[in-house]
Amino acid sequence: MSLWTQVVEIARVDLVVERRIGDVFRIVLPFAVAALFVFPIALGVELATMRRVGPAVFWTLGILFGMQVALRHSATDTPPRRDMQALAGLDPAARFLGRAISGAVVMTGFLVVVYVAMVALYDSETTSWWVTGLAALLFAAGLTTLSTLVGEATTGLRHRTGLASLLIAPLSLPLVLAASQTLAAVSDGTGILPWMLLMTGTDIALLVAGVGLARPLEEAGR
Amino acid sequence: MVVLEESGVSLGGRPVLRGVTLTLSAGQVMGLAGPNGSGKTTLLRLMATLQRPDQGRVEVLGAVSGTTDVYRVRPAIGLIGHAPSLIPELTLAENLSHIARLAGIDSAGTRESLALVGLERASGRRADASSSGMLRRVEIAALLMRRPRLLLLDEATSGLDRDAVGLVDALVARALSAGGAAVMVSHDRTLLSGCDSVVELTGGRVMG
Repeated sequence: MSLWTQVVEIARVDLVVERRIGDVFRIVLPFAVAALFVFPIALGVELATMRRVGPAVFWTLGILFGMQVALRHSATDTPPRRDMQALAGLDPAARFLGRAISGAVVMTGFLVVVYVAMVALYDSETTSWWVTGLAALLFAAGLTTLSTLVGEATTGLRHRTGLASLLIAPLSLPLVLAASQTLAAVSDGTGILPWMLLMTGTDIALLVAGVGLARPLEEAGR
Repeated sequence: MVVLEESGVSLGGRPVLRGVTLTLSAGQVMGLAGPNGSGKTTLLRLMATLQRPDQGRVEVLGAVSGTTDVYRVRPAIGLIGHAPSLIPELTLAENLSHIARLAGIDSAGTRESLALVGLERASGRRADASSSGMLRRVEIAALLMRRPRLLLLDEATSGLDRDAVGLVDALVARALSAGGAAVMVSHDRTLLSGCDSVVELTGGRVMG
């Protein structure tokens, strides 16, 4: 059984389950969009200010709700399900990669909707849709990979949700910094390459760490 | 097939198994009996390589527990546990296909396997809308498909009607004919009377 067949199977089943329960798009997403209204209410409806803070609000909501989106997968895993998959021959590295991929797909969709809502509500200017899309994709991939890794590391621990959030928030700083600076660089007309490279490098480092640690983490939980 | 030497397991700082030594050979059916909390399920998980021993040594199908060798032998181990292992949001057929794909088995045979356990008409029903007996039948179908050599059954017949109990017998017979072995946990002494040997556990220790 090839690793990639298992990766595809884990990602496929995660997406089917997400489509059926709709946690992200029916529960998390409406709250994230509703949260976009909080800032204009607090700051007052002043278009110039809203345009300026729009991208910052977007990334803030991205990290806050993104953690919920990304941690959701591993939270639904039950010990009997993990046992069944282990005895079917599932490689923990395949579970990690499959989970990161399905999480990135869902998270990218989530960010796209929140971004469009932010542009509409805050009247923000979008100078380059492709850069924004690429930044969102790299940010989503990094955040879900990090959350999957932390989710695996905290499996079975009491208070894991709180602990996972405490670990993810500081570790995702390079991603938040690079993603927000990419959009700022586009607006200012400065180079986006260093920020894109920072996000890509962080994503790759997290992927390598996740694959390398998958087996030890799986066995440590036994 | 399974060798345990002075094996012990503690969970949450509490010893659950202590100094367990036993051997399971090919062609053997072993029964496990004992009161609730005596460590039967933990012992079964130890044999499935899903639990590492804190003390002693556990060797299953030639792989020593706690080493990466366990990944090689796990596909040859079949476990039916207390709690259902299926994914609630998937249908019974999808659950079986999922297991088949992970195990590298042609998933085209899943309908056939569901028919074998009498669930061909319920194949499109979601697991969270199925009875515990139906979920158990799907788990049996998965094992019929996977053909494990070492079969570990934790109260596998509970919640099953008489026809389905026959499926468990067929599962054991198939494992034995392939040179395998089986371990059955049950409170039903009649069921255990058909085993080649019965191990009694009390307070995490093997009695007698």
